[in-house]
Amino acid sequence: MSQGLVIMSYVVASFLFILSLSGLSNQETARKGNYYGMAGMAIAIFATIFSDQVDSYIILIIALTIGGFIGTKAALKIEMTQMPELVAIMHSLVGMAAVLVGYANFLDHSNGLLGVEKTIHEVEIYIGIFIGAVTFSGSVIAFGKLCGKLDGKPVLLPARHWLNLTLLILTIWLGNVFLSAAESGGGSVALIFMTLIAFAFGVHMVMAIGGADMPVVVSMLNSYSGWAAAATGFMLSNDLLIVTGALVGSSGAILSYIMCRAMNRHFLSVIAGGFGSTSGEVATIEGDISPIDIEQAAQLLDDATNIMIIPGYGMAVAQAQHTVNEISKLLRSKDKTVRFGIHPVAGRMPGHMNVLLAEAKIPYDIVFEMDEINEDFPNIDVSIVIGANDIVNPSALDDPNSPIAGMPVLECWNSATTIVLKRSMAAGYAGVGNPLFVHENTRMLFGDANESLQAILKSLSA
Amino acid sequence: MKIGIPKEIHAGEKRVATTPTIAEQIIKLGFEVSIESGAGLGANISDDAYKEAGCSIRKNAKTLWKNADIILKVRPPEIHPEFAMDETDLLPKGSHLISFIWPAQNNKLIQNLVARNATILAMDCVPRLSRSQKLDALSSMANISGYRAVIEAAQHFGRFFTGQITAAGKVLPAKVLVIGAGVAGLAAIGTAKSMGAIVRAFDTRPEVKEQIESMDAEFLMLEFEEDGSGEGGYAKTMSKEFIEAEMALFAKQAAEVDIIITTALIPGKPAPKLITESMVKSMKAGSIIVDLAAEQGGNCALTEENKVVVKHDVTLIGYTDLPSRLAAQSSQLYASNLKHLLTELCPEKNGIINVNMDDDVIRGTTVIKEGKITWPPPPLPVSVTPPKKETVTESAVKKPSIIPEPIKQLLPLLVIGGALFTLGTVAPASFMSHFTVFVLACFIGYQVIWNVSASLHTPLMSVTNAISGIIIIGAVVQISTPGILVSLLSGLAILIASINIAGGFLVTRRMLEMFRK
Repeated sequence: MSQGLVIMSYVVASFLFILSLSGLSNQETARKGNYYGMAGMAIAIFATIFSDQVDSYIILIIALTIGGFIGTKAALKIEMTQMPELVAIMHSLVGMAAVLVGYANFLDHSNGLLGVEKTIHEVEIYIGIFIGAVTFSGSVIAFGKLCGKLDGKPVLLPARHWLNLTLLILTIWLGNVFLSAAESGGGSVALIFMTLIAFAFGVHMVMAIGGADMPVVVSMLNSYSGWAAAATGFMLSNDLLIVTGALVGSSGAILSYIMCRAMNRHFLSVIAGGFGSTSGEVATIEGDISPIDIEQAAQLLDDATNIMIIPGYGMAVAQAQHTVNEISKLLRSKDKTVRFGIHPVAGRMPGHMNVLLAEAKIPYDIVFEMDEINEDFPNIDVSIVIGANDIVNPSALDDPNSPIAGMPVLECWNSATTIVLKRSMAAGYAGVGNPLFVHENTRMLFGDANESLQAILKSLSA
Repeated sequence: MKIGIPKEIHAGEKRVATTPTIAEQIIKLGFEVSIESGAGLGANISDDAYKEAGCSIRKNAKTLWKNADIILKVRPPEIHPEFAMDETDLLPKGSHLISFIWPAQNNKLIQNLVARNATILAMDCVPRLSRSQKLDALSSMANISGYRAVIEAAQHFGRFFTGQITAAGKVLPAKVLVIGAGVAGLAAIGTAKSMGAIVRAFDTRPEVKEQIESMDAEFLMLEFEEDGSGEGGYAKTMSKEFIEAEMALFAKQAAEVDIIITTALIPGKPAPKLITESMVKSMKAGSIIVDLAAEQGGNCALTEENKVVVKHDVTLIGYTDLPSRLAAQSSQLYASNLKHLLTELCPEKNGIINVNMDDDVIRGTTVIKEGKITWPPPPLPVSVTPPKKETVTESAVKKPSIIPEPIKQLLPLLVIGGALFTLGTVAPASFMSHFTVFVLACFIGYQVIWNVSASLHTPLMSVTNAISGIIIIGAVVQISTPGILVSLLSGLAILIASINIAGGFLVTRRMLEMFRK
């Protein structure tokens, strides 16, 4: 295939990727968008494989088949509640691929570049590997935190900002060493050292970010994986990689920004980590909790006409979304208004709750965003909070010393009654006590969310 | 309990404390309602209408008072012209009276009421809380006064309010100045505006600027920093310098406008004198001043209480009974306020009221509880905290920061521009073409993603994740370059990138299949 045809295919692929992303911004066009993406990817891969540059088909096809097989397997097997983990680990793969491509490119001396172009090329390699490595190690840590293999609490090393700065300076200095060594064909030691530093940097960065900020981290790593691809594109002078990488990079960055805005926090302060380390006396929570049993909870629901369901990460953990759907169906068949209120950062990745509710076949037109329904709480008879804590914490609004102060929350305490389903009285991911639990209108229903809901369902349908 | 509603005896008072519709609702709360015959005539309500609503009619005021546990009235008790005795003396011992009382001005009345050993709730003492808005009779009456003030002005004004261009020539719109943008002021602004006049308004409390502008009127700014918001959302007395600046503004406006409606009141104090005689003189012939503060001495020096007078060719309207001049409307609103108070007093809906002094609203409204004076109530925290935003922004503007505003906005642009310039001077052309593509792609990504709906965040992320597997191209391009290590590294990269591509697209598909309406 001639170079012209390859480039033309790349243009078509870029075009399809843009269509894909714009398709994904709307429910109606989302599926089409996904197919555009697949088509674009297929065109790009085939065009490259059949270009004049490539002739080692055996190793290529073996790698493609194995990779494709593993990917398909994982995609079909994964539970919807584990989506955040899957996304995180896939980011790490992109990062790793970027590192490998960077090294391969460094070892390949056949490009024949000279002078400034050669230096720029080496800088590109260096940066590409750095971003790739940070993405890789950061995503691995995020994966560990999301699936509970690592503690979700932020790990704050002393003087961590200085540590980051030192690592950054070290990276720049090593870059200088690498460039001068590369003049004479060397530099691999500096490159390897830099890679290790980048790994450490990624680990340190994500370790310092608390579990409640995970949606931001996941979308930020998404953005990094895009920048890694773009850097690789510069390295290989490949416009398709640049375009696609930049698309993914900027979309991830915007998602992170949207998440931060939803939590009313500054992007830099999330990245710098240290959630929950705010100074100042946090008001202690005092008061009596009023527990209720299944029968009473079912009775409350039966008497209500306007019901709001607020799912949180606990619903995902308990896999309770299907039971929630059954209950909402039953309640709606009794002519009650049932709606879902979704906090933008509920769960562990952006849109986590929507995916789970969709999996349970809850129609998306009764699922509302926080801004759409927050005003409505005074008209709600019963709000059910399922495994959520920080996103319904009133101290975000009235306690300036609370670590989550200023974050908009679902104001469920304004409804006539709030039923909180909770495993025990533990604090939320942010480690903050919640005055909602001792509010006079709040009833606590302790136990596994799924079991409790099953029991409520039984009691309701009896 | 039995509720009695006597006919108002104040000369010219046309209002009545309940209407048939409201009476029906009160009866539903468990009360019995009797009405003095003819009580509703001023508001065009016949005895029969009350009867239909389930009220009993009493011919004689004395029997009505005697047989009631709760008396609902509009005006404070005064000398009854027929019996030549004070209404206070008609009030049965130990009963309840709910009406306007004005305890601060009516000391003697309070003493008389104490002697009756009764419980008195004053509708003019309802505290200003968000919860008590529905029983705030002062606001409902002020609303009516504001409306009526414009109607009275229109009555005496010799021209149109609205501007017109007719075959016979051009008519200029009337210019109306409203001073004091409380409830009455805002109602006046709305009415005058809807009649087509040009409306300007002034108030010492900067936070009402927004409210005035929301009514499409012009807020007259005073180049002076002082917040006139006092306790309870009312205005307070301003400093001397402020008043001077204010007077200068009024003097200027007086010469320009055709109609002035003043509503400036400070609780518990005589009304501030805002329009001097010289200002009145400076007004155009045929101009109108409606002084809603006439009862408290008037905002204009020349106003005469309860009269319409013409001085220096300016008509000064000093009516104090504007709500009564719209009797059907004000009776309806006042009755509704009373009903809300009764609902608060009788939460059980069993027809028995409980003057619960632990309730902020009831505590504030009650001036005498079983013969003991409970007025004034302990101060309450203001519920509508007027934010000090206005003054803050003003001072922020006045104190210029070290870096001027335009430079602050331009700084990031300058930095980026500088960086791009540096890059442009050293980078070769081939890099620049890639860089162009890169910047444009970032921009497209930004444009495309910005409107994504929140429910699609996860699918979007997994599809971008799959797309970022495009890095596979880089590996494919390199796999055929000589050197086993390069091939191996590239092969590995292809493997993991293809996991990403296959996994990402398929899982997105799985997710999207689940979304349904």
